Amino acid sequence: MNDVFSVFITGVGGQGILLASKVLSEVARISGADIKKSEIHGMAQRGGSVVGHVKFGPKVHSPIIADGEADVILAFEKMEALRHIAALKPGGKVIVNEQEIPPAPVTAGLMEYPGDIIDRIKALAGEAVTIPGNELAKQAGTIRATNIVLLGALSNYLPFDDGQWHEAIENCVPQKFVDMNLKAFAMGKGAV
Amino acid sequence: MSEKVLLSGNEAVARGAFEAGVHVATAYPGTPSTEILENVVKYKEHIYCEWAPNEKVAVEVGQGASFGGARTITAMKHVGVNVAADPMFSFAYTGVNGGFVLITADDPGMHSSQNEQDNRRYAQFMKIPLLEPTTSQETKDYVKEGIEISEEFNTPVLLRMSTRLCHSLGLVELKEREEVPVKNYVPDPKNRVVIPAHAKLLHVALEKRLKHLKEYAENSRMNRIIDGDWTFDGKKIGIISSGISFQYAREAFPEAKFLKLGMSFPFPIDLAKKFADSVDEVWVVEENEPFIEEQLVFAGIPCIGKAKIPLCNELSQTIVRKAFTEEEPATVGVSGDLPPRPPVLCPGCPHRGIFYVAHKLKFTATTDIGCYTLGIMPPLECGETCICMGASIGNALGLEKARGKDFGKNTIAFIGDSTFVHSGMTGLANAAYNKSNITTAILDNSITAMTGHQEHPGTGITLMGEETTKLDYGKLAEAVGIEHIFYTDAFDIEQLTEVLKKIKELDGSKLIVNQGRCILLDIKKLKIIPFEVDPEKCIGCGMCFKLGCPAISVGGKTEKGQNKSTIDPIFCVGESCGLCSQVCPTDAISLAKK
Repeated sequence: MNDVFSVFITGVGGQGILLASKVLSEVARISGADIKKSEIHGMAQRGGSVVGHVKFGPKVHSPIIADGEADVILAFEKMEALRHIAALKPGGKVIVNEQEIPPAPVTAGLMEYPGDIIDRIKALAGEAVTIPGNELAKQAGTIRATNIVLLGALSNYLPFDDGQWHEAIENCVPQKFVDMNLKAFAMGKGAV
Repeated sequence: MSEKVLLSGNEAVARGAFEAGVHVATAYPGTPSTEILENVVKYKEHIYCEWAPNEKVAVEVGQGASFGGARTITAMKHVGVNVAADPMFSFAYTGVNGGFVLITADDPGMHSSQNEQDNRRYAQFMKIPLLEPTTSQETKDYVKEGIEISEEFNTPVLLRMSTRLCHSLGLVELKEREEVPVKNYVPDPKNRVVIPAHAKLLHVALEKRLKHLKEYAENSRMNRIIDGDWTFDGKKIGIISSGISFQYAREAFPEAKFLKLGMSFPFPIDLAKKFADSVDEVWVVEENEPFIEEQLVFAGIPCIGKAKIPLCNELSQTIVRKAFTEEEPATVGVSGDLPPRPPVLCPGCPHRGIFYVAHKLKFTATTDIGCYTLGIMPPLECGETCICMGASIGNALGLEKARGKDFGKNTIAFIGDSTFVHSGMTGLANAAYNKSNITTAILDNSITAMTGHQEHPGTGITLMGEETTKLDYGKLAEAVGIEHIFYTDAFDIEQLTEVLKKIKELDGSKLIVNQGRCILLDIKKLKIIPFEVDPEKCIGCGMCFKLGCPAISVGGKTEKGQNKSTIDPIFCVGESCGLCSQVCPTDAISLAKK
């Protein structure tokens, strides 16, 4: 199944990961590809690890991305990128939002947030594309558009044109936020 | 061909119900099944929808609707079928009037469940046909097939989903709704009153029906051979699979010959024999139980299944490939040690305060199924047992019966409002009836929170969006004979401390109704001014850390090296909560200045 492209999206509950995977599935649908998308939310509404699998190509069977199968890991949070690094296909890309969200054992002072996350990712994956997603989203109008900034960064590695991406964004976000999200998308695209 | 849309498996069930002309849909929410009814209700002009208080009632209402002539679906998570099993077994005897499909959403891998029971076994046990879709498209199609089989053969049908099907999206082609009238209702006690004299005849009829259903399964288009020519170790391989496992197997071995089973009970053994004869070796790929494999073994068909495929945990294409070929996937390696990111009670959660106090006062706590199960984690550590919906109360009473009245007096059963209505009411009546000393604490956050906010009889709103009568927990407790009833404000530490100290000294059965709305119900409407810590006043005592609030983290040290706290203004919900400002002994925590 070499002609299936797999994007493993990860981060923390509340970061807009589900919308990002929805827009990505939508752009694949618009392009005419077969798609499977799978999500696991974790037990809490908030604060837990969130994972989304998006796969597209001429024919997709399994909805999940197993270890070594992700062409891209798109991480909304640094440590979550490293946590799921085994999903990456050798030679695949890691795109990381520079945000750090300390988990409960860190906020409680029981453990420390590792200072060498990016180095560890690079040691395993060869390189890591880091994106100041939250900063760019603020510049675009709201920190809530971080997810779309990251999709913009991701778009550099996918075979969809701007017109398809714009249609997908228009189909997935409320009308009044479309312009801001298109701006966020362009900023993310330009950040790589 | 119409345009294809992306639907999750759960959305596909809903769409299938709509297209199949279903009139009534019932459920109790439970991951991964919840979104089924949430999507069916979008068609409420055509389909009456309700949340039942539990899965047994959901089936009983669905059964009544079927008797009344309506096409009906009832949905639940896998463990819900345990609760609903009683009416389902009888339903297999009585048969239907309007078509009836029960949807079970199993959870291999236990993403959000207490076990990974394989509910295909229930179809065999209840003696009803089993359908196993593998994609969103098939899910939609099989709901309709299920309704048709149900009416043609006069039987309820079990449609088995699993997490990776429920929560995965795939392309689906939509069709129009088939409008069918609600059938006539004719009283038929010989078929619907299962007294022994009737049931003896119904059982015979059921066995006969299964024979017809088996013939149907042999020829059904849902059971089909997919041609392939793939050899391993010099042998031509044929793979038998069903459900989501089929997709893993197909991805692992795309060139192989397959027998794909969409209707796996009654088992089409002749088809399986024919398939086995056409290959050199049969592999069976199925998650959890060896359901298909056992059928083959009983019929003397050699096959390789659980000897290679793990029985525990969910499968993937990689696990399936490795099981047979020992081929390891190429990866870049693993992350190494990292701090875990466990799920946590939200900032502003109304469950936090009473757990904080109960932990401090060293109560023995039993807990139940819901968000508040997370209270078992440090630093709150409230919950020494958690078994199934409603078990907290019975467990607490049993602990008392084993260990004595004083032990009971120091024991609290924590149970959410929705879980209490589901199956805590009988436990509460029992606590009164059997003279207990325990306290039941209903954590009333006014919603079924864990599954994403569903209404229930305690909220006063129906799934159809109508206002309705609202269950009064205090009056109910009074009626069953609970001796002491307290109402507490979930965000008032002083009051909670006073009440919990009092119950420690109080003999007799007790109920606390701890009231505080789920913060997520209101958070979008709130104008939040967050709390902040004055670093000059903070002495590093750590009291606020004992709340386990994700908004509170370490921010600097005192001269003696103790951790001072800081509050994340993005996460803090402000004065809706305020627990941290209440537990701080030096008044270091106050609302931020504007």
